[in-house]
Amino acid sequence: MTGAVPRVGVVTFPGSLDDGDALRAIEQMGGHAVSLWHGERDLRAVDAVILPGGFSYGDYLRCGAIARFAPVMEPVMAFAERGGPVLGICNGFQVLCEAELLPGAMIRNRSLRFVCRDVWLRVETAQSCITDGLTPGETIEIPIKHGEGQWIATPEQLADVERDMLVVFRYASRTGIVDEAQNPNGAVNNVAGIRNAAGNVVGLMPHPEHAVDPDVGPTGGQPLFASLLHMAMAGVTG
Amino acid sequence: MKTFTFEVLVTLKDGLSDPQGKAVESALPSLGWTNVHHVRVGKHIKLDVDAEDETTALEQVRGMAVRLLSNPVIEDYQVLEVSPK
Repeated sequence: MTGAVPRVGVVTFPGSLDDGDALRAIEQMGGHAVSLWHGERDLRAVDAVILPGGFSYGDYLRCGAIARFAPVMEPVMAFAERGGPVLGICNGFQVLCEAELLPGAMIRNRSLRFVCRDVWLRVETAQSCITDGLTPGETIEIPIKHGEGQWIATPEQLADVERDMLVVFRYASRTGIVDEAQNPNGAVNNVAGIRNAAGNVVGLMPHPEHAVDPDVGPTGGQPLFASLLHMAMAGVTG
Repeated sequence: MKTFTFEVLVTLKDGLSDPQGKAVESALPSLGWTNVHHVRVGKHIKLDVDAEDETTALEQVRGMAVRLLSNPVIEDYQVLEVSPK
């Protein structure tokens, strides 16, 4: 990172839907947005990578299962291993789980219904590339829109995730109460987003890129992008 | 080189909640089948593999099942049938 404006790449897979909003959110928050293509093994010297929401490869087989083997994922995984900030949103979260950069997996919502609404998230840790500067316990409002967002894990994985405090967000009430009534998809322990041990890789089901512009809804995504841009300034380059 | 046909069955692990299975299970009684339990919905993947022999082909299909066709975190797989063409 040499200039004052961090370069944040957004990968477009066949079937990505939210790459445009992610690029726009980066620019609105003061970053330089860079389009990345699934078929190229080139991260174009970005300082952070976003895997956006959508239905990559039609979600055939399992969500994210085929995208995980796209050519671009080779440098993304190497970048993540070097400590570069990598954020997976919704389908991008599913890709990160399939790539085993994050633990667990997503199955169909408990209700079997596609859920599309604003939710409140309780911040669980500031040790992640999108919650730097936030305070554990505070709540933010961000929309969700998914049919297969029920995060689950093996009992061993879940124990590790909770012990190592890898949960970044839980579905909660506006005042931060975490209970079943606030759980939109049946995710175990109300998990909405998790990180890796180093905190540079984060996946979440809610969509911060849809919550940046005050003209179109809640603005809970702003501090997350501010954190990502801040971490991109300090981190490694892809 | 021969062609072998395989069927791979992928199901959610026992003990994991299967929302699709539950939906099917709750629909069956309305059609008169009130004696059905433990409905699980899975995926059936059929494929032809060219290989020298059955053992080699089977080994490859198992590799595919682990690496791509199933997710070991949530799913089990079974290679169901082998038949030379």
